Amino acid sequence: MLSTPALVLAMMLFSLGLVGLLSRRNILYMLLSLEIMLNAASLAFIAGGARWGQVDGEIMFLFILTLAAAEVSVALGIVLQLSYRFHTLDVDAFSEMKG
Amino acid sequence: MILWLLILIPILAAPLAWMGQQWSRNAPRWIAIGTLSVDCLLTLLLLSQDHSVQTSGHGSWLVESHSSWIPRWGISLHLGLDGLSVILILLTAFIGLIAIVASWTEIQSRVGFFHCNVLLALGGVIGVFLAIDLFLFFFFWELMLVPMYLLIAIWGHAHRRSASFKFFLFTQAGSLLLLVAIIALALLHQHTTGRPSFDYADLMELTVTHGMAWWLMLAFLIGFVVKLGAPPFHSWLPDTYTEAPTGASIILAGILAKTGAYGLLRFTIPLFPGVMSEFAPIVMGFGAVGILYGAVLACCQTDIKRLVAYSSISHMGFFLLGAFAGTELALQGAVMQLVAHGLSIGALFMMAGALQERFQTRDMRQMGGLWGMTPRLATMALFFACASLGLPGLANFIGEFLVLFGSYSAQPVLTILASLGMVMAAIYSLGMMQRTFFGQQREIRIASDLSNAAFGTLLLIAVLQIWLGLYPKTVLITTKPVMNMLVQPVVASPNLTHQPSESVSFSTIFTSQVSAP
Amino acid sequence: MISLLWLIPALPLAGFLVLALFGGRFTRQQVAWVGCGSVGTAAFTTALVGWEFFQGFPDHESYHQTLWNWIDTSGLTVGVSWYLDALSLLMVAVITGIGFLIHLYSAEYMAGDEGYARFFAYMNLFVAAMLTLVLADNLLLLYLGWEGVGLCSYLLIGFWYREPEYGTAAQKAFIVTRIGDTAFAIGLFILFTQLKSLSIQQVQSLATEAWPVGSNLATIVAVLFLIGAVGKSAQLPLQVWLPDAMAGPTPVSALIHAATMVTAGVYLIARMHHLFALAPLVQEVIAVIGLATLLLAATSALVQQDIKRVLAYSTMSQIGYMFLALGVGAWSAALFHFLTHSCFKALLFLAAGSVIKSLHHEQNIFWMGGLRRHLPWTFWTFLIGAAAMSGIPLITSGFYSKDWILWSVWSSPLSHRWIWYGALLGAMLTGLYSFRLIFRVFFGEVRTQPTGEPGLAMRVPLVVLAFLALTVGFLEMPHTLGNVTLFSQYLSHALPTMELLPGMDESSETREQLAVTVSALLGIGLAAILFLPGSNFSRRGADLSTGRPLVTLLQSGWGFDRLYDRACVRPWFLLTRNPGELLDRGYEWLTVGAESCHRWMSHTQTGHVRWYAATVVVGTLVLLGLFAM
Repeated sequence: MLSTPALVLAMMLFSLGLVGLLSRRNILYMLLSLEIMLNAASLAFIAGGARWGQVDGEIMFLFILTLAAAEVSVALGIVLQLSYRFHTLDVDAFSEMKG
Repeated sequence: MILWLLILIPILAAPLAWMGQQWSRNAPRWIAIGTLSVDCLLTLLLLSQDHSVQTSGHGSWLVESHSSWIPRWGISLHLGLDGLSVILILLTAFIGLIAIVASWTEIQSRVGFFHCNVLLALGGVIGVFLAIDLFLFFFFWELMLVPMYLLIAIWGHAHRRSASFKFFLFTQAGSLLLLVAIIALALLHQHTTGRPSFDYADLMELTVTHGMAWWLMLAFLIGFVVKLGAPPFHSWLPDTYTEAPTGASIILAGILAKTGAYGLLRFTIPLFPGVMSEFAPIVMGFGAVGILYGAVLACCQTDIKRLVAYSSISHMGFFLLGAFAGTELALQGAVMQLVAHGLSIGALFMMAGALQERFQTRDMRQMGGLWGMTPRLATMALFFACASLGLPGLANFIGEFLVLFGSYSAQPVLTILASLGMVMAAIYSLGMMQRTFFGQQREIRIASDLSNAAFGTLLLIAVLQIWLGLYPKTVLITTKPVMNMLVQPVVASPNLTHQPSESVSFSTIFTSQVSAP
Repeated sequence: MISLLWLIPALPLAGFLVLALFGGRFTRQQVAWVGCGSVGTAAFTTALVGWEFFQGFPDHESYHQTLWNWIDTSGLTVGVSWYLDALSLLMVAVITGIGFLIHLYSAEYMAGDEGYARFFAYMNLFVAAMLTLVLADNLLLLYLGWEGVGLCSYLLIGFWYREPEYGTAAQKAFIVTRIGDTAFAIGLFILFTQLKSLSIQQVQSLATEAWPVGSNLATIVAVLFLIGAVGKSAQLPLQVWLPDAMAGPTPVSALIHAATMVTAGVYLIARMHHLFALAPLVQEVIAVIGLATLLLAATSALVQQDIKRVLAYSTMSQIGYMFLALGVGAWSAALFHFLTHSCFKALLFLAAGSVIKSLHHEQNIFWMGGLRRHLPWTFWTFLIGAAAMSGIPLITSGFYSKDWILWSVWSSPLSHRWIWYGALLGAMLTGLYSFRLIFRVFFGEVRTQPTGEPGLAMRVPLVVLAFLALTVGFLEMPHTLGNVTLFSQYLSHALPTMELLPGMDESSETREQLAVTVSALLGIGLAAILFLPGSNFSRRGADLSTGRPLVTLLQSGWGFDRLYDRACVRPWFLLTRNPGELLDRGYEWLTVGAESCHRWMSHTQTGHVRWYAATVVVGTLVLLGLFAM
């Protein structure tokens, strides 16, 4: 079946994204990793949809696509603000929300 | 329809009052006064109707309005008006008017928003008094809370932040218990009949197991008692009453405390008659303790508003004592006490506010000898101090004595303890007079006497106090069928103490005796 | 005419309302007209009502009038209704009659005071409340009057509000009497719970049917009523407020703290005599309380230095006689002494007021003296009052009333012989302290120069009261002297007559009367020896008022004030010292707990995004692991 390799690929992509998210300190790279994770999830959905012959998977993919677009636009805005204010993109330098 | 009008008029007028600020400074005040006057008149119209049609048995309302809202969960827009609610709505509208007159000169910033909040809160209160669908009831219950919080947090005195937080947390915790219990009741209804219902009449017929009833009753009890401010759930009350602006203090003490009392009478007692009759002596004990505790602490205070706040705790103790005594006489007294206390405490807070406005302090140690300077204020203060200490001929006396007469047959020892509160009431009331108006004048600070409007308002309250003190029938006859209804389930329940039934039979003997000669 | 009964309390009430609302705009003359006029018309109405009442008397022993139903709910039915019988008519006549004279006197006495309208407003309110008290048909209405007079007493004691001590005295009076009132109220609760009625007549007939003599309930209720009466009438152990109450203006002391309000306790016990008859034990207690108070107050009166305090203690002492009479079942004798006492004691206070006014508000008798020639009117009227109080035989009313009481104590089956001896000692002491005042104030050398005699408005009440103090006694004279029984016959329609012990005949009565006469004269003689300027003892400069411990004890009224201060007042102030409260502390702990919890938890919120992401991953893995297991 086609879905199994696709799921394995999705899992690998997700893990890559996760590792990138946790290990990268540059906020732009973190966003990239996040995108990879989202796309991994979409891939899993499509694979699942193909496996069961349901259209739901593709629909979820479209949702995730729009979500990712929205997320990126907001996130890039925040990144811009951060770089204006702190002149750096190192996330460990930001701890404004410390409790 | 008229019931919805009662609620909607203040709520719809609220944004109008906010906008009115742009036209003139006094526009919001006049809008609020007009709105509440209309409510007052509507309620008087309802009051003047024939009350004899109201028979005993639950679900028989003088005026009723019913339409469905969320039928799937058994929620409907169900309003009902009986003798108890009509009296309390009248009180609400009247006390609201007093509150607005009292804050006429005090509130100078964000006048429109202040009156908007007042009207919203009052609309919520009227809704509470009318709603007989528990979901709707809870909706109004929460509706009145937020504007009240804003009133304290924005226009309050020095420690307003902590006071408003305390107020919000305490009442919200009480509400939470109430919400849980209300939902549990609806689910129990679904469990027995297959469909959920929040309707008062449906829930009234619900039979709940003994253990379950205990927990639900406790939740209903605590939820309402917090609002009433009876120990040990009163801790928010002195702080809030003291720090709130005059108008809000009047509303809090005069009306909001009454919503708790109303809830006890409307829901806690009739919904759980069996358990209630077991638990009633304990609540009465809390009432008696509250009377003494409030009175002793009132004697400790040097802050005049705090003193009045503690006296309010003491007076509400009389309500608890009477409401749970299980005799019609005590219940009638408890309702009378609500009305009388609303009037007297409103006037007292109004005068405390007037003092603070004139002398920029609430500390009685810095006052003294004001009689010569402000004779009108002093005379009215004397009058309401007398009302507060339960002078016969005034409304508070009727309330307290009916409660004591009624509860003596149920709990003699507690009643005697509660009577000691009368001595302490004399101590703190006269102490207040002595420290503020009598004695040597502390410092020469020229202050004007009460304005004509304020004096007229106080005089009107005084006249009402005397009227109700000498002719309490006005209130008693309206609430009698409701109170009569409240006593019956207790009599009918199997595990009752036998005194109430005795008193009923005695009263019938007595009436026959009277009519004989 | 008799249907005008409601006007009697309504007129002073109307006077109060007019003065309270418009008094500020009236001239002094108008205020005086309203103030005196309302009580005067009430007195006139009383005369009309009394006339009509006597027309039907004794066929119609009582008259009943209901104005409206005060409370009528759930078994409690109480009307605003008046009840007129021989007893209440007597009280009403005294209150309106003497009340009017005192109002007239005050019109001049208070003339210079800034609170002229306020004074008359309070006085009118007092008269209205007192009339409500005595005319009430039911106990709740009586309680209304009872608290009303207490309030007026408070207001009038603290009338000069700028003096903090006066305010304290006023509060003391109100709070001490309120303790009694509360007991009275509890008595009402028990009565209502048991008998389902509050009508005075109905309650008593029901009680007589339901409770056997000496039953527990009757005793408890009687004790509670007695505590109420004791508080109002300043008897032991709630007597401490009366001497301090002299802080009020002198007409107030005359009206409230001598003639009317303080006798409300006597009225209550007489009114509820059926109930007290059910509790013989309580009756005995009443007699003992009366005796103890009369001796305690008489001894204290001997050493006081303030003229008004002497009179205050003498009032307590004379009311002690009334309680004694009530205790032995001599109801009519008690009321007769009330009648004569209110005449001569009002007279004494008014005359004392005249002295005080002419001496620029000097009240210490050691700064007085020799006023006999300067104030002849005052002197003669004061002398008549003092003579009546000491009971100079045959010519004064005090003799007849006191003799009646002592004869009742001697001959009552409810009494003991030692009580009689005590009362006789009291009679001697009365003569002693009364004439100590006379000799100190009116004889000897002038110490403070008086300004002269009072005007007509003050002199007329003095003369009228002096006349009454001499003649009222002739309404009732013992068998051995004239045998007039007008008063006892009149009151027999409202109060039972006392039964005599067997073997009480005229000869024993004569012997008893001689003893009373001798003791009164002995007291006066002793006073002459001790205090008449020029006498041996007096020349040595001694008085009883020096600083010996016993005298100090007596001066402080047997140290009751100190006792109560230690036992009640100080602990109370200790209790109410701290405005904070304990329960609030508990809730504060709750907030402290929440706060420390928050501080602990907030360590996890580092603000680093990668830390959050890592915790999300770890959390997810843990959850997945849990599901896998």
